[in-house]
Amino acid sequence: MREAVESSAQNRLLRRMSHLLQRNWRSLVLFIPFFWLLLFFLAPFFIVLKISLAEAIIASPPFTPMIEWVDEGIMHIRVVVDNYAYLWEDDLYAKTYLNSLKISSISTILCLLIGYPMAYAIVRSSHTTKHILLMLVILPFWTSFLLRVYAWMGLLADQGTINNLLIAIGIVDEPIRMLYTPFAVYVGIVYTYVPFMILPLYANMEKLDWTLLEAAADLGAKPMTTFFTVTLPMTMPGIIAGSLLVFIPATGEYVIPDLLGGGNVLMIGRILYNEFNANIDWPVASAVAIALLLLLVIPMMLYQHIQARQVEAE
Amino acid sequence: MSQSIDYNDRPWLDPDAEPFIKVQSVSKHFGDFTAVDSVDLEIYKGELFCLLGGSGCGKTTLLRMLAGFETPSSGSIVIDGVNMTDVPPYERPVNMMFQSYALFPHMTVESNVGYGLRRDGIAKSEIDQRVEDMLTMVELSQFRKRKPHQLSGGQKQRVALARALIKQPKMLLLDEPLAALDKRLRVQTQYELMNIQEKLGVTFVVVTHDQEEAMTLSTRIAVMDVGRFQQIGTPTEIYEFPSSRLVATFIGNANMFEGRVIENGTDHVIVESKDPACNFYIDHGMSIVEGSKVWVALRPEKIKITKQSPGDDGTNSIKGSVSDIGYLGGTSTYRVMIGDERIVEITSPNLNRPKDGNPPIDWDEEVYLSWEPSSSVVLTK
Repeated sequence: MREAVESSAQNRLLRRMSHLLQRNWRSLVLFIPFFWLLLFFLAPFFIVLKISLAEAIIASPPFTPMIEWVDEGIMHIRVVVDNYAYLWEDDLYAKTYLNSLKISSISTILCLLIGYPMAYAIVRSSHTTKHILLMLVILPFWTSFLLRVYAWMGLLADQGTINNLLIAIGIVDEPIRMLYTPFAVYVGIVYTYVPFMILPLYANMEKLDWTLLEAAADLGAKPMTTFFTVTLPMTMPGIIAGSLLVFIPATGEYVIPDLLGGGNVLMIGRILYNEFNANIDWPVASAVAIALLLLLVIPMMLYQHIQARQVEAE
Repeated sequence: MSQSIDYNDRPWLDPDAEPFIKVQSVSKHFGDFTAVDSVDLEIYKGELFCLLGGSGCGKTTLLRMLAGFETPSSGSIVIDGVNMTDVPPYERPVNMMFQSYALFPHMTVESNVGYGLRRDGIAKSEIDQRVEDMLTMVELSQFRKRKPHQLSGGQKQRVALARALIKQPKMLLLDEPLAALDKRLRVQTQYELMNIQEKLGVTFVVVTHDQEEAMTLSTRIAVMDVGRFQQIGTPTEIYEFPSSRLVATFIGNANMFEGRVIENGTDHVIVESKDPACNFYIDHGMSIVEGSKVWVALRPEKIKITKQSPGDDGTNSIKGSVSDIGYLGGTSTYRVMIGDERIVEITSPNLNRPKDGNPPIDWDEEVYLSWEPSSSVVLTK
């Protein structure tokens, strides 16, 4: 009798331990990505935020510390918002931000116009061709991004492949200026980011129920009407995901406008680079970065908030 | 004149009636595969016509050709006197109810139902009125603002039906309309479908693999196999007078006996079967040469099972022993062993309660099976 009681007590203990382990295991699994984000996203963000609230000095590091200890144990906290005021006052920054947003918006629309039919064609193609086409979309990632941009310089230059070809055929007499113009920047950005549009669209369309399109046709919708009333709304999640994946990195793009746009296309990445390396003004550079982040994150959060409320309302 | 037939219920018997839908030697090939093999079909106005067959028999392909989603490789489809063979689906006076219902998930019930009318550029007030009427008919008025994912399976089915009927199509195509419903709901919906069809007078063409569904719903059934029609007829014709072994076994159960014609009279045929040894006396004459190989189909419910000998001389009766009993409440299914291997299935109604808990017929009991001369059917293929 006593043995039975003991063994049941033991069992209970074992069960409780395994239960505890299971629960901890779950939180451990959750903790790893959380820790990763904390370490490599949130911590750097706060460092940059801290630097943006300092003053530039000639020292190493080239900014004033936030917390200083003066005399016996008196803490001195220095927070300077001048950098943000400066961004507001000098209209160079506003212009550059607007120009960046303009270039990335137009590029996003171009990527969508090119990527949407491509994703659609890939989804509708047969099983084997589908895999080949997807492979071709991903293939550019296997060569260095920088190398591909340099290749575009070679193609677009005054003495480059395209101009040489046009002159040889006799379409033009003298080279068309393409390199170091906004056109070259658009070409570079659209070329680089189109796969980021295609892949989420493909993933979305792959799940699309094609009988819905047949149902629309059956109810009298011509192909165009079917597209606007069924296909487009159904693929909206893919359009949004793809557009964000293109728009956000394109706004902060530095290499493409620098190499293909020269000094003629001013984007925010260029300003950041100049502040950091030419002016050695880390606080203003940090303020530029933070302002860019807010500019991108706030509209997105608003959008998500509205969407969540819409879903709730349904 | 006393023999006049009411053609309203059976227009296919009327020699003067013009078929509403004419399918003429239509074939459909997908690469090397022939899904539909040169079929001819005539469906009359107001019919509830079933295409019945197993998976891959071509019934869905034929339906999709009627809807316009597939173009026939050859042949023509005429609907109400207009050749529709190459007309795209959005210009056909035909609507379809999909097996998956294919409701637009981003639209409410009322926009789903009104979708077809909006495509025709009808005034909004009229659309609202017709949607309202249709939703009232399928009893979904209070769900008009819901999205499809907020509906039950049966409600979705009714939305799909309302959406397909609102344009008052000349023909409604239904692809496995009840397959996604559970059994109880299926039976109820079957009758609802029949009532709606009768009320609106729309010609229904239903594709199904469920023979019970086909039997209950339809005016006529076309049994399909490997892209061809095996038999077209009313449910009774197909069940009682199957034209082949395939139809006999596909619709309901049938005991099949192989034999030879030993006597061919004007009003009867006698078939001799070796396994089991038995003579079948069948009370309908047929044009067949004596000595040719035939099959006799005998439905399980047409066989009488008794403990006493019916007193016949081996014509229309056999002796065996009960090897299995399936008690289903209303009926019992007996599997009777004839000789060493041959099993014959019998379904018999349980008319009386068993006395003292003893079943009227028990396992391993010797029994006699007998049937009427009109119960069996001779099949030549």
